Amino acid sequence: MKALAMIFMTAILTENFILCKFLGICPFLGVSKKLNTAVGMSVAVIFVMGIATAVTYPINTGLLVKYNLEYLQTIVFILVIAALVQFVEIILKKFIPSLYQALGIYLPLITTNCAVLGVVLLNIDNGYGFAQSMINSIGAGVGFMVAMIMFAGVRERLEGCNIPKALNGLPITLIAASLVSVSFQGFTGVVEGIFG
Amino acid sequence: MNPIVTAVIVLAVLGAVCGLALAIASKVFAVPVDEKAEKIRECLPGANCGACGFSGCDGYAAALSKGETTNTALCNPGGNEASKAIAEITGLAAEDVKPMAAVVLCQGNNINASRKLEYQGVQSCKMASQLFGGPKDCIYGCVGMGDCVNVCQYEAIQLCDGVARINPALCKACKMCVNTCPKGIIKLMPLNETKAAVLCNNHDKGNLTMKECKAGCIGCMKCVKVCEFDAVKVENFCAVVDYEKCVGCGKCHEACPKGAIDLITLHA
Repeated sequence: MKALAMIFMTAILTENFILCKFLGICPFLGVSKKLNTAVGMSVAVIFVMGIATAVTYPINTGLLVKYNLEYLQTIVFILVIAALVQFVEIILKKFIPSLYQALGIYLPLITTNCAVLGVVLLNIDNGYGFAQSMINSIGAGVGFMVAMIMFAGVRERLEGCNIPKALNGLPITLIAASLVSVSFQGFTGVVEGIFG
Repeated sequence: MNPIVTAVIVLAVLGAVCGLALAIASKVFAVPVDEKAEKIRECLPGANCGACGFSGCDGYAAALSKGETTNTALCNPGGNEASKAIAEITGLAAEDVKPMAAVVLCQGNNINASRKLEYQGVQSCKMASQLFGGPKDCIYGCVGMGDCVNVCQYEAIQLCDGVARINPALCKACKMCVNTCPKGIIKLMPLNETKAAVLCNNHDKGNLTMKECKAGCIGCMKCVKVCEFDAVKVENFCAVVDYEKCVGCGKCHEACPKGAIDLITLHA
């Protein structure tokens, strides 16, 4: 139990996907302008990361490892995740239209997101079992959400600031993102301190 | 077996399985899409302004295709073109959109209207009017912070000397500014017709109005007496023109001692 909690907290803080591993930068810069879109995107990412891990884990152990095809992981996972997200989208549209309205526009964006593919591949690299993989994926999604919400707050504050003309727009956003990332390096060792 | 062959077989099988599953799912779980509504939606300008009274362009298109409304002329930004296009798709009779444009009924600019306080807070009419009804002495007139300017999607509104002014050539009569203005002093008027417009909404008594604004309506009734068509009334110390009755003769404009009534012809 303690080990699982440790994996969860590590995925959120010290190994944060956006701010420490620099995966999923595209939605991080693209959808973080407003708080509610940032939340919508993050919820969709958590959801997709969870189901992607649940599906790719058995494919990896049952198919790829069995026939010594580990080198096909990347392409097989891209294929499976893309198809899966499309499938989920169809199901949501039919049965839970309200959830589809809320997440619908974000789901296709996530299909080929590197953070989703990254978490699946890293689970295998780390040698995690099924439960550990799921916890790590959900934790990575929550970490994604934390970073998105924090950065949405930063960007909303930036809107009201008098920014030098040369830095206006993307430059100041990138500088702000790097500062937030540096601040996250301060979490190094925190998780070991809590659970160790 | 050759590793390349294994890889190709595995990927091909996986791809085929995924593709088949998706194909089946899209057939089994297909959601019927209202094609008529989609076609109507393409005719609408997509401003999502809400002037039609529905929740944006999608809402209006859905209501038309389901027959909840038969009025094809509700889209002001789309105008007659949209009305005709909708009529063609739905088979309804096309109704004429009366071309309108919004007008700010206030002349309380920095010269005419006196101020009671210097406002330094958030530059928003809504916020400023919370504080003693706004920085100007007159609590009925234009606050001049430009909430309407910000909400206008067609860049038709500008602030001139502390009062919002709308360019009728750019205005699409979408009512976004009408609904945003915290004082409710923006109204729609017919285009290309000469009408008398009361450019004041001050409901204070005449002597108070005089102190607050040089161009304010004091409710002196001169316009009511001079109008031959019974088109002008004074309600709550402020003149009101009935545009249905007004023929634009200009007599009230000449009679007004404060210059609060103007003859307006909006040209698109």
